[in-house]
Amino acid sequence: MANRMNITVIVNGQSYTREVEPRLLLSDFIRHELGLTGTHVGCEHGVCGACTVLLDGVPVRSCLTFAVQAHGRAVATVEGLSADPQALHPLQEAFWQAHALQCGFCTPGLLMTLLPFLQENPDPTEEQIREAISGNLCRCTGYQNIVQAVRLAAGSMKRRK
Amino acid sequence: MSTRAFGARIRRNEDPRLLTGQALFVDDVHIPGMAHVAFKRSDYAHARIVRVDVEAARHMPGVLAVFTGPDLGDFWQPSPLLVPPPPARHVVFNQRTACQLAKDKVRYVGEPVAMVVAESRYLAEDAVEAITVEYEPLPAVVDLEAALQDGSALVHEDVGSNVAAHVIQTKGNYDAACAQADVVISRRFCYDRGTAAPIETRGVVAQWDPLMGQLTVWDSTQAPIPIRNGLARMLGLSERQVRVIAPFIGGGFGPKIMMFYPEETLVPWAAMRLGRPVKWIEDRMENFLAMTQERSQVHHSEIALTRDGRILGVKDVFLHDTGAYDPYGLTVPLNTQCHLLGPYAIEHYYTEFKAVFTNRIIVTPYRGAGRQHGVFVIERLLDIAARELGLDRLEIRRRNLIQPDQFPWNNRIIAQDFTELTYDSGNYEAILDLTRDMVGWDEFQASRQSPVVINQSPAPGNRPSKARGIGLVLYVEGTGIGPYEGARVQIEPTGRVTVVTGVGTQGQGHFTSFAQIAADVLGVPVDSVMVSTGDTAQFNWGTGTFASRAAVVAGSAVHSAAVMVRNKALKMAADQMEVAEENIELVDGYAQVRGVPSARISLAELASRANPLRGAVRPGTEPGLEATAYFGPPMQTTAAGAHAAIVEVDLETCDVKILKYAAVHDCGPLINPMIVEGQVHGGVAQGIGNAFYEKLVWDEAGQLLNASFMDYLIPTAREVPHVEVGHVETPSPLNPMGVKGAGEAGAIPVGALFAQAVEDALRSAGIEVEIAEIPLSPNRLWELVEGAGAKML
Repeated sequence: MANRMNITVIVNGQSYTREVEPRLLLSDFIRHELGLTGTHVGCEHGVCGACTVLLDGVPVRSCLTFAVQAHGRAVATVEGLSADPQALHPLQEAFWQAHALQCGFCTPGLLMTLLPFLQENPDPTEEQIREAISGNLCRCTGYQNIVQAVRLAAGSMKRRK
Repeated sequence: MSTRAFGARIRRNEDPRLLTGQALFVDDVHIPGMAHVAFKRSDYAHARIVRVDVEAARHMPGVLAVFTGPDLGDFWQPSPLLVPPPPARHVVFNQRTACQLAKDKVRYVGEPVAMVVAESRYLAEDAVEAITVEYEPLPAVVDLEAALQDGSALVHEDVGSNVAAHVIQTKGNYDAACAQADVVISRRFCYDRGTAAPIETRGVVAQWDPLMGQLTVWDSTQAPIPIRNGLARMLGLSERQVRVIAPFIGGGFGPKIMMFYPEETLVPWAAMRLGRPVKWIEDRMENFLAMTQERSQVHHSEIALTRDGRILGVKDVFLHDTGAYDPYGLTVPLNTQCHLLGPYAIEHYYTEFKAVFTNRIIVTPYRGAGRQHGVFVIERLLDIAARELGLDRLEIRRRNLIQPDQFPWNNRIIAQDFTELTYDSGNYEAILDLTRDMVGWDEFQASRQSPVVINQSPAPGNRPSKARGIGLVLYVEGTGIGPYEGARVQIEPTGRVTVVTGVGTQGQGHFTSFAQIAADVLGVPVDSVMVSTGDTAQFNWGTGTFASRAAVVAGSAVHSAAVMVRNKALKMAADQMEVAEENIELVDGYAQVRGVPSARISLAELASRANPLRGAVRPGTEPGLEATAYFGPPMQTTAAGAHAAIVEVDLETCDVKILKYAAVHDCGPLINPMIVEGQVHGGVAQGIGNAFYEKLVWDEAGQLLNASFMDYLIPTAREVPHVEVGHVETPSPLNPMGVKGAGEAGAIPVGALFAQAVEDALRSAGIEVEIAEIPLSPNRLWELVEGAGAKML
């Protein structure tokens, strides 16, 4: 068995120390070691975007990142946005309002892609929104209501500031 | 809250769980002590297995077991035939279904040969690498037409040919009609393969509890009850000992139907045998290689018309690729036969197909399920006929539409549910007109009269660099097929309502639309109705979610059960308040006397009193405010629609941009328009992929060359346009709510529309191309345009 390494990762503000194989994917670490199963795995080759999490605030494919690469760094997952169905983040609320999800499998990756996007682009055009989510595959919605949700979220996040 | 929930744009009950990462998908099931599975799969499309060596794998670290075909003993068996052939006159069907692990021969790349169970998925994959299989390669059967020629290799030698099935259906007398025709048009059309590519791949987790004698299986299936029944039979258990849960499913689109995939039966078997919980989650490459696919057909089609464009008859002879096995019977090609007829009055029809075994992945329904092909053929034939007869494309369609007073319309051929294909209701001309208006047909055509050339380029030949075109196509869709579904509705002593049904759910919004149905009947808020789907411990009978049937069949069962509960509540309230039943209404969670809102009793209180702990009840009284109902439709409901688009073709790159898209759909009264429109949007997106981006490419050895999302292109937000959705609501007479299905519709006509609109654009630039195939791509379109060089006007 391969040599194992001790890593400490801050996930959603909480520190976790684990001994892991160097080949363990960050996606598997988050999901199966930490039990945060809101992050989904769709392709394991970095195309579908379902596994997107924030690493030090930047969206990354957790299926193309090793857990050891996150050592000493901060990871944010959908549970960090809000894990409480009774208290949604405005972005989650907007997705609900606009019917921007059907099966919901790609949704956490979209939310984590969009959070920094909206922080940097508080008032995006449709073209910018479509560009921003073009790295996230959704097989159910045709994207139309996702675009609408981002518009709604931009409005409500601005108001919240 | 006395407003009606049925028909309202109510946001979904299930979403907060999905949005916060709290919804349970199969891969989220974690059980202490759980072992993990990986499969050794065939590298060859067609080969004899000489030797499988798993010894080294068995001694790899963390490996619990390695199984080959012979290791399965009596459990090694062909998967069940899921749909028998139809009871029609001219039907030949050669049934060949796959055993779990190939023993003697492999028939497609990806067919499972050995199964490894290990302490982690990583270790299981390591061990798979250590398995060696010695093959004697055989020529691969890939091309449909070549498969039927003498001397072709045989996928199943014992069949004696590669014919999986041969079916002839007729209506009227095509040859006689043809003899009367002013014009007869014949063409060859191809429709090739794609994959459903749900973002969640397949997965199975199984746990055997020896103490309770209970097997629990979490399965990414669209049909948990049939899977439960089949697993019980195969594993020698009672149906009561097996619980199959289809939790949240990350998209199904057909291939997650009740397939009894090898992985689906082996994982539960291994869990029992090893006494450990066992998990298998498909990776994306496996999903490309081992999840069923659909679409390949080759048609030779003919249409006979009068000079004024009236259809006298249609003849269609086609080959249908069924892949290496045919467990799903003839559903897909039967759908093709039926849906070719479309919304048109076609009196004489000859349709014949051969299903062909090939060394490719098994074909089973994928959203549309054969309907696309039929629609493509008839719509293409009408486009060509309009051109040859000098008629407007919409006019030739209008002249042949079935009229609103002609329903029920019997097409006199057998449909996939084995009934005579009969359209229950429809209003096709209204659909055509609304779609034409929504896309701006007349304005677009008028703008064309003035010869404005867009983006005049200095390119050689003075050709414009871009050309715009418009298209409009129609379709009908058989939806809501039987046999039946059931539902149980209960008002609990808290006043909350539970609705339980056996169908699975993959994002269609059942937690909300079923709640809307029950809420109206019982006079309670939608968010106080909790819906449970997909758990065989909750409901014992049913088939599943497919064929655009859940809202129609399960929805009608929910409605019936809710009405029974309502009647029970009214009767009880009448007794308790000593008022006549007809003077009581259910409002906001109360049974109250009409006109006297203060005289009321809550449903919660009634539910408590309906389940007394002491005292006597009237003999024959059933406890609880609960009822179970079943609904079985006499035949399918007929949804219909039209799609139209304005496209722009870049004449240098042959890329196509959709400038405007309108979709009009008639699925009867809408339970939740927001959900229905979402279904249409998603269907159109898949249809666009199917039309222009997604084509599985195989080499002559039967190797799939683009088995990744890098190479097989699913449309992104950049490719899918805004889709304007319109509704025509023609109620079905076949169920109490008048509803028809909506799940597949969006995907069905897009290929036909794309072909027509792109052709129109090219023609406007003086390029004569006849598109006879789907999927296209910029490359393929460029080839067609270059080939048409000689025909430049």
